[in-house]
Amino acid sequence: MKKYTNTGNKDTRSGFGAGLQELGNENENVVALCADLTGSLKMNAFADEHPERFFQVGIAEANMMGIAAGMTIGGKIPFTGTFANFSTGRVYDQIRQSIAYSGKNVKICASHAGLTLGEDGATHQILEDIGLMKMLPHMVVINPCDYNQTKAATKAISAHEGPVYLRFGRPSVANFTPVDGEGFTIGKADVLTEGSDVTIVATGHLVWEAIQAAEALEAQGISAEVINMHTIKPLDAAAILSSVGKTGCVVTAEEHNRHGGLGESVAQVLTTNHPAPQEFVAVNDSFGESGTPAQLMEKYGLNASAIEAASKKVMGRK
Amino acid sequence: MSAQDLQAVVSQVRRDIVRMVHAVNSGHPGGSLGCTEFLVALYFEQMNHNAKSFSMDGVGEDLFFLSNGHISPVIYSVLARAGYFPVEELATFRKINTRLQGHPTTHDNLPGIRIASGSLGQGMSVAIGAAEAKKLNKDNSIVYTLHGDGELQEGQIWEAAMYASAKKVDNLICTVDVNEKQIDGSTDEVLAMGSLHAKFEAFGWHVLSIEKGNDLNAILATLAEAKAATGQGKPICILMHTEMGNGVDFMMGTHKWHGVAPNDEQLASALAQNAETLGDY
Repeated sequence: MKKYTNTGNKDTRSGFGAGLQELGNENENVVALCADLTGSLKMNAFADEHPERFFQVGIAEANMMGIAAGMTIGGKIPFTGTFANFSTGRVYDQIRQSIAYSGKNVKICASHAGLTLGEDGATHQILEDIGLMKMLPHMVVINPCDYNQTKAATKAISAHEGPVYLRFGRPSVANFTPVDGEGFTIGKADVLTEGSDVTIVATGHLVWEAIQAAEALEAQGISAEVINMHTIKPLDAAAILSSVGKTGCVVTAEEHNRHGGLGESVAQVLTTNHPAPQEFVAVNDSFGESGTPAQLMEKYGLNASAIEAASKKVMGRK
Repeated sequence: MSAQDLQAVVSQVRRDIVRMVHAVNSGHPGGSLGCTEFLVALYFEQMNHNAKSFSMDGVGEDLFFLSNGHISPVIYSVLARAGYFPVEELATFRKINTRLQGHPTTHDNLPGIRIASGSLGQGMSVAIGAAEAKKLNKDNSIVYTLHGDGELQEGQIWEAAMYASAKKVDNLICTVDVNEKQIDGSTDEVLAMGSLHAKFEAFGWHVLSIEKGNDLNAILATLAEAKAATGQGKPICILMHTEMGNGVDFMMGTHKWHGVAPNDEQLASALAQNAETLGDY
């Protein structure tokens, strides 16, 4: 199986900040808005270098979404930055009417997604955001897997015309994709390892956990195909069907509620095209709690060992 | 355009409104009629805009955002009469496959509409964004909005109001249709808002009032005053006191025609009160 090397843990939010900084220098129509979380979103470099294009809106996320929608009228490409919770659930109607239904070219950039923001606890740990966003017609939903890919995705979405939800996180996680984001295309899954016994479709930093699980499975004589599904919508159905056609079963892995997430989207593709056993590595319809990221991933079953166990279970259902 | 010519447009727009709403037995005539003079003054006199070749970005043009999207009949009629799209299309209002949806939308590319509205309280934020984009583009045009007074009960309005003054968005003129009525009754009964004048002033806005909000001359004078006050560091608010249902006697003085269509007999009465000046669609 193809090997991947962690070049050193990094937080994905810093990948966003680095991508935004480069965009600021490359495209004068890129503007950034933040709701009092500039440091947390790593937007300082953009703000320092382009103060005239950086809009501090204060703790008023609804207003931020509306302003972003309005800025597209005049050709700007607004990137909004706040935590995932405040980027989605708090402002759903503003996104729905002023951005999605109005077809505005806004990039909703959301940090601190999922359990792994850690100690702040469930009020801030949104596990429903992928579902909320993928339900909006024509919304693109992207959850990159590491620092390099988050940077690449940040730059790529500026060239996509239409609303985008970009999801990333707080903790430092393995960084293993190409430095220059080579091969990243919105809507095109990355097949990371080829396998014949089980398909593992993962998104976000669970892709690295999936690679670890595949290595453990390989040591036990099980061949796993790991797919990095960074784009949840539009979903790369062809990649899923091609792989599951070969392996006959699938595990999906995400830091999200099992309701409304990647797993559901994959299940929809399979049930309508090629029914196959599926296991869900996801949060089982609950809120999170305080703890370290590693503790939370262990307690809520979101790590490599959970993916390994789910892979064996789903193979037994073939 | 002379006051007489503007008044002729007002009369025709009123006819369009009641006919559109009657034809589909749904829609919002009361607020539409109350804001007819304002929108005619805005589109036929005040704003610099290009009806014949609509562009979403509107660079070099004044922009208008209708935040209280339920009064769609009046904006559709005014846009059509101003030349944005054929007046015949008014006959499709609220019908299947129409571009004239119940509440305005960009979804079907209707010229003149730049944002969807209907869910209340969002238009001021959008207008601020458009105004900020104009500043970035070195475009000295003005951004206008219209809000219902009941709409001011939405919290997002006050987030936006705070932002606009703090960030000196002074190319923005927001008008509030103060008809003191909302669906469940008078604004005082439903949720009294106290002095809107004091509230907007406290939020740092330059506040103007139109006591006779259905008087074209009063509207034009205040709009001119508002325009003259742009570029001075403050957003501008116009509190425009209107009569809901203005121009149709049985719709005036009550909140009951907020979202109710006239029957055949009532339509005849409404049309008899407003002369056909530009030709019915």
